[in-house]
Amino acid sequence: MDQILIQTVNGLVNGLILALVASGLTLIFGIMDVVNFAHGDLVMLGGFVGAATMGTTGNFWLALAVAALVIAVFGAALQVTTLRPLLGRDPLTTILATFGVSLVLQKYAIWQWGPTARKIDEPITGQFALFYLQYPWYRIGAAICAAAIIGGLYAFLKYGKYGVWIRATMQDRIMAAAMGIPVPRVHMLVFAIGAAMAAASGVFFGPVGGVTQTMGFDFTLRAFIVVVVGGMGNLGGSILAAIFISLLEAYASLVVSPAQAVIASFVMLIVTLLFRPTGLFVPTPK
Amino acid sequence: MLALQNVHTYYGKSHILHGVTIDVGPGEVVGLLGRNGVGKSTTLKTIVGLVRPADGQITFEGRPIAGMAPHQLARIGIAWVPEDRRIFKLLTVSENLRTGLDRPGVTEARRQGLLEKVYASFPILRQRRDQAGGTLSGGEQQMLAIARAMMLEPKIILLDEPTEGLMPRMVAQIREIVQALHRDGVAILLVEQNVPLTLDASDRIYIMEKGVVRHQAPAADLRADQSVIHQYLGV
Amino acid sequence: MTIAQGSPAPPAESVGGAPLLATQDLTVRFGGLAALNGVSIAVPRGEIRAVIGPNGAGKSTFFNCLTGVLRPTSGRILFDGQDITGLPSDRVSHRGLARSYQITNILPGATVLENVRVAAQSRRHAWSMLRHHGSYRDLIDRARDVLASVGLADKTMELAANLSHGEQRNLEIGIALATEPKLLCLDEPTAGMSVTETHQTVELVRRIAKDLTIMIVEHDMEVVMGLAHRITVLHYGEVLAEGTPAEIQANARVQEVYLKT
Repeated sequence: MDQILIQTVNGLVNGLILALVASGLTLIFGIMDVVNFAHGDLVMLGGFVGAATMGTTGNFWLALAVAALVIAVFGAALQVTTLRPLLGRDPLTTILATFGVSLVLQKYAIWQWGPTARKIDEPITGQFALFYLQYPWYRIGAAICAAAIIGGLYAFLKYGKYGVWIRATMQDRIMAAAMGIPVPRVHMLVFAIGAAMAAASGVFFGPVGGVTQTMGFDFTLRAFIVVVVGGMGNLGGSILAAIFISLLEAYASLVVSPAQAVIASFVMLIVTLLFRPTGLFVPTPK
Repeated sequence: MLALQNVHTYYGKSHILHGVTIDVGPGEVVGLLGRNGVGKSTTLKTIVGLVRPADGQITFEGRPIAGMAPHQLARIGIAWVPEDRRIFKLLTVSENLRTGLDRPGVTEARRQGLLEKVYASFPILRQRRDQAGGTLSGGEQQMLAIARAMMLEPKIILLDEPTEGLMPRMVAQIREIVQALHRDGVAILLVEQNVPLTLDASDRIYIMEKGVVRHQAPAADLRADQSVIHQYLGV
Repeated sequence: MTIAQGSPAPPAESVGGAPLLATQDLTVRFGGLAALNGVSIAVPRGEIRAVIGPNGAGKSTFFNCLTGVLRPTSGRILFDGQDITGLPSDRVSHRGLARSYQITNILPGATVLENVRVAAQSRRHAWSMLRHHGSYRDLIDRARDVLASVGLADKTMELAANLSHGEQRNLEIGIALATEPKLLCLDEPTAGMSVTETHQTVELVRRIAKDLTIMIVEHDMEVVMGLAHRITVLHYGEVLAEGTPAEIQANARVQEVYLKT
């Protein structure tokens, strides 16, 4: 029983960090129909930039801010140069383009930071007794921060001028443009936000799992499963789905090894596509 | 103020506009009549930059605008109310209106002033200001679409079949709205299949057939002698 | 240059005899909305019947029912003496009811001849997979005949994607013809065409109408009046009027509906 409760906590923690990644991905898809295969590599880059900043300054929060900012700017530049020209083309083109970007980013990371993994030190050390385990405070802290960022995203979308622009563009890009909303700029903004959140996840994940050049793929994969299960373009759905999938994997790893537990996520993906392809957490389309 | 000269537009290989020439003067209400499929909507979509003309010129206040992006055209004063209204269904009524207000150079005071003015003209929108756009009835959505366009403080509004699918009572309301806009000095290019409304509201009328303008006349002339209209719109 | 006004006299064989196509009380409801409401028509063999009506009258819905794309909520469709209500499109096509869309049936990567031959094949040799396609002499001859009748005889080896828009529309009609239909449904065949192309299409339809029954949905009134033997006017899903072009033009109620007076 204790094991289940511990896994519940694990699932929630991982789920919130995954939600950070997935919500960026679903926003990007929802607004410009881009399937961003490089999203996990933005997580990876964020982790590396964060680790490098940590290395020079020793300040975790500064590393988080710098990583988010740098990757946001990078993401914006990426969108303008690589993805904007592809707008309106068939989805396969953007998949191939972002896949190519993913490969480039991975090689760049090796070139820039060498082949060794990096570690980011926890800003909050110490553990507390969670049932029979010593559970790191950091993880709880990271989950709370992730939740706060997601909450901030919600507020940003709901209030404020840019929030309205983004929501309008997501619903009807053409009418939004006809209302004077600078749609190309909105696309760039959303990509930057998505990239920043991905980078933040990378920094949060750093103390937990280290930063390696190939970590991006796992994040991309899981984020995609979450986005499909949660409903593509559906922000609330992807957050719920992230927690749901992470809980599922956490429970599954009680029975099988964690590496095999990811099978549970794939099963969920297949189930969703078979029975409710628009998303498990989306109200039935009329 | 707005002039199209010999505009040709294609959808893929389909040649829809075969050389359309139309102009709208400042403050004028110009009607564009024609049966289904003659290219009336395509003409409007070409003006607002949703589809690029393959040939011909479009000028607004003297400058060429063909090829400009839709959001730029909205900001220089061309507003579009499409045939299916295209309300942002998940945004509230006030958020829908807001999409036209968040332009550079609009102070908070002016914003409030514009909102007040539109709520005064459309009290039902004030009543429903916090409701999602998708919950409004067809007629209310049409009013919202027009009100939203007014938020751009446009010099010209392109209205695509505003009375389609509306009950007669609502059609009368649309007529009043068009007349009110006219009094405010806003030019209107009104695409319609409803002949009496168009005859009543317009200063001048163009009649299109098969992608070209076949006839143009002052509305007064056509009111007096409707045989041309019967020829191109009747059976 | 206008299309000759006044309809051609209906072919003598169509007088008397059971109609080729008849609908009985055809109704289609989407939720609470009746897109078609009790539509009953009868089209005799050899006739050219135009279906017209203002926006939203139900013309597309009607065609969709006939061709098996849409299942009616109630009512029946009788074709050549058989009930085809609710049959799927491929079965309907096999029975001899073909529809020409706006260029959705063309295989752009195949030649003009191949496009038509494949369509002809569906009627004649559907199941034999082993013979080389070049050995189907009868199919190729038939395809060439069809292409001649739609004015594409000199473009047989051209890739369909390279044809002009008007030529593609003609190819589309040819593909429908190759299935040896008894009834050909033409869906806005002159949409987006110039005046010249429209006239060419009208001539084409007149040519192929000699051995065929044709139903045509159109907005262009010149085309309708010049081609049709009889016209059915739909309005809000119901039959408003039926008659010869002259009768319809003289019908005040129809004028009212079109001009919304």
